[in-house]
Amino acid sequence: MRHEPPVMSNCPVPFAATDCIRLGHGSGGKLSHQLLRDLVYPHFDNPWLAQAHDSTRLPPVGGPLLFTTDSFVVRPLFFPGGDIGKLAVYGTVNDLAMGGARPLFLSCSLILEEGLPLPTLSRILASMRQAADETGVQLVTGDTKVVERGKGDGLYINTSGIGVLEHSVDICPQRIQGGDLILLSGDIGRHGMAVMATREGLEFDNPLDSDCAPLHNPVKALLDANIPVHCLRDLTRGGLATALVELAETAGLSLSVREEDIAVSGGVQGACELLGLDPLFVANEGRFIALVPGDHGQRALGILRQQPVSADSRIIGRVLEERKCRVIYTTRLGTERLLDRLAGEQLPRIC
Amino acid sequence: MKYLDEYRQRSSIERLAADIAAITTRPWTLMEVCGGQTHSIVKYGLEQFLPPAIELVHGPGCPVCVTSLAIIDRAIALASRPEVIFCSFGDMLRVPGTERDLLAVKASGADVRALYSPLDALKLATENPHREVVFFAIGFETTAPANAMAVFQAREKGVNNFSLLVSHFLVPPAIEAVCQSPETRVQGFLAAGHVCAIMGYRQYVPLAAKYRVPIVITGFEPLDILEGVLLCVRQLEQGRYQVDNQYIRVVDRDGNRLAQKMLDEVFAVTAQTWRGVGNIDHSGFRLKPAFAPFDAELKFGLREHFPAGSTSPVDSNGCISGQIMQGLKKPRDCDHFGKRCRPESPLGAPMVSSEGACAAYYRYRAEEV
Repeated sequence: MRHEPPVMSNCPVPFAATDCIRLGHGSGGKLSHQLLRDLVYPHFDNPWLAQAHDSTRLPPVGGPLLFTTDSFVVRPLFFPGGDIGKLAVYGTVNDLAMGGARPLFLSCSLILEEGLPLPTLSRILASMRQAADETGVQLVTGDTKVVERGKGDGLYINTSGIGVLEHSVDICPQRIQGGDLILLSGDIGRHGMAVMATREGLEFDNPLDSDCAPLHNPVKALLDANIPVHCLRDLTRGGLATALVELAETAGLSLSVREEDIAVSGGVQGACELLGLDPLFVANEGRFIALVPGDHGQRALGILRQQPVSADSRIIGRVLEERKCRVIYTTRLGTERLLDRLAGEQLPRIC
Repeated sequence: MKYLDEYRQRSSIERLAADIAAITTRPWTLMEVCGGQTHSIVKYGLEQFLPPAIELVHGPGCPVCVTSLAIIDRAIALASRPEVIFCSFGDMLRVPGTERDLLAVKASGADVRALYSPLDALKLATENPHREVVFFAIGFETTAPANAMAVFQAREKGVNNFSLLVSHFLVPPAIEAVCQSPETRVQGFLAAGHVCAIMGYRQYVPLAAKYRVPIVITGFEPLDILEGVLLCVRQLEQGRYQVDNQYIRVVDRDGNRLAQKMLDEVFAVTAQTWRGVGNIDHSGFRLKPAFAPFDAELKFGLREHFPAGSTSPVDSNGCISGQIMQGLKKPRDCDHFGKRCRPESPLGAPMVSSEGACAAYYRYRAEEV
């Protein structure tokens, strides 16, 4: 099973494999300076970061701003299909995209654990850079802190992001209306199961890859085509079910979805069956739902299917007129039940 | 997906539903013994396929639900000791003890770990020779063989810092207790397929004859359960009281001989206290004297500190788990269901475990649709 990607040949500063984070790297003294100069800045050379000031002065942008923040504490740092660096960029980019914004700038705070190998940090920063380039964002300010060994899982990352609205569509749960169709951008449960399989050392014949991916392109495509999108939501913690429940409650309406239209890959389904987990509640990092007016559903579906990251989009259900704030789930057997949030973590079955 | 989709096909389910409706001439009450079956029934809304004359009541087969308060208090006491790494299946961590649960103990600094297998705990013991690793060996005949294997290997390898806190339950004596209860309404049983995969079903034959109840060894997929109901109702309608095996793709009469041999090597049958139900003779396992050094209760002198727990069918906080698990009441019959008692603040175990009837009812709430 792949735990770490191969060492990057284009790593800007080669470090000895034995070099690692020391408490002094967080002191604000020479070691801190060296860390930034030799390891962090080379990955992110841009005029904003080069200001090297306590705060960064950004250029005016032509529209309302969206601002968001997220912290990333995934363990292990590398997992099939991604790593914490990629996740930290895509996660915040996706939160901006779900508001309909074009992502522009990111901040990045690194909380480093004493003993983290510098080559590992360098690989993660390289991965962040690659993800930033891919999504068209600039990493313009940041911070590093070091915690004692045993007080962190190697590395925690916080990113905040600013994006600009370049259209007049108001995308939020309050705009959801009875009759809206619910589009799902692909199969569910990959990220959560890939991370769990790696963390617990579970091996499967068909390795599970995280779906970790940026979602700004399909959103842009919908908006460029003048689809009057009512709401977008990425399906991270708590998975599809939790996202649907949250939207139903905020919108004050009931939703209805069909099991047979919700795709789950054979690998994810097999792993979930084995462990007694429900893919509806498993985290994703590259999937979202779009709620659009009924008469725009088919055109929106066609647009999403043209984008590689949402090529397997499907219409999975619709918004009802009733105001009971429920999510009604129709099983493959034709029976109906309600979806609700989980009380705690999903736990594997005992026997 | 192969081996799953064919057991969840709407057309096959509807065909079975029609067969059940066609042979049912009067009301019958059946008990599905295993919590996994209860979960399937509620998750897939299988009762929607049954004629109103057929009632399913939910049995005692949830490993988390039946574990007694006294044992959970012992687990909490053990987990609180600084030298102990306390390992358990995740579901057990949220079950309320007298004062708190294992997760609360963990949050206050105890080393409590959720594992998937007792063999992982044994590995942990090897890696931490200066700590005491205790595994919470709970469950039915299904989880017992792996626990037996872990303690067997610990003795072979001389891993002396490993022990089991044993709370094992056996299904046939519980079925017999339900049959003997003067209040019981149960007329037929869907027995737990996975328990029989280990133990076979010889033990059920005299039970069916003695109490004049059909017992159908049943699987866990929607098609399994409806077929189990069909076989059970057919016997009742014909006045037959035998053991049928619906789960032939997994279960045979003799079960897994190797696993049974391991169980016999390590465990002796003993009386056991079922939470909310009480003491049932010959319904549990304890470690045999040869494995006494690996018995956490002896090793840490727990029995003196925590004598046998309550056997009242109602916990002091109002949880009626005993009546739920004997099929006398359904989750909705409880005043606290969905009000004071919810998965995030459970009064009792049936609301904690994914195999608990109350948690399944709360989570899927099919009847509210």
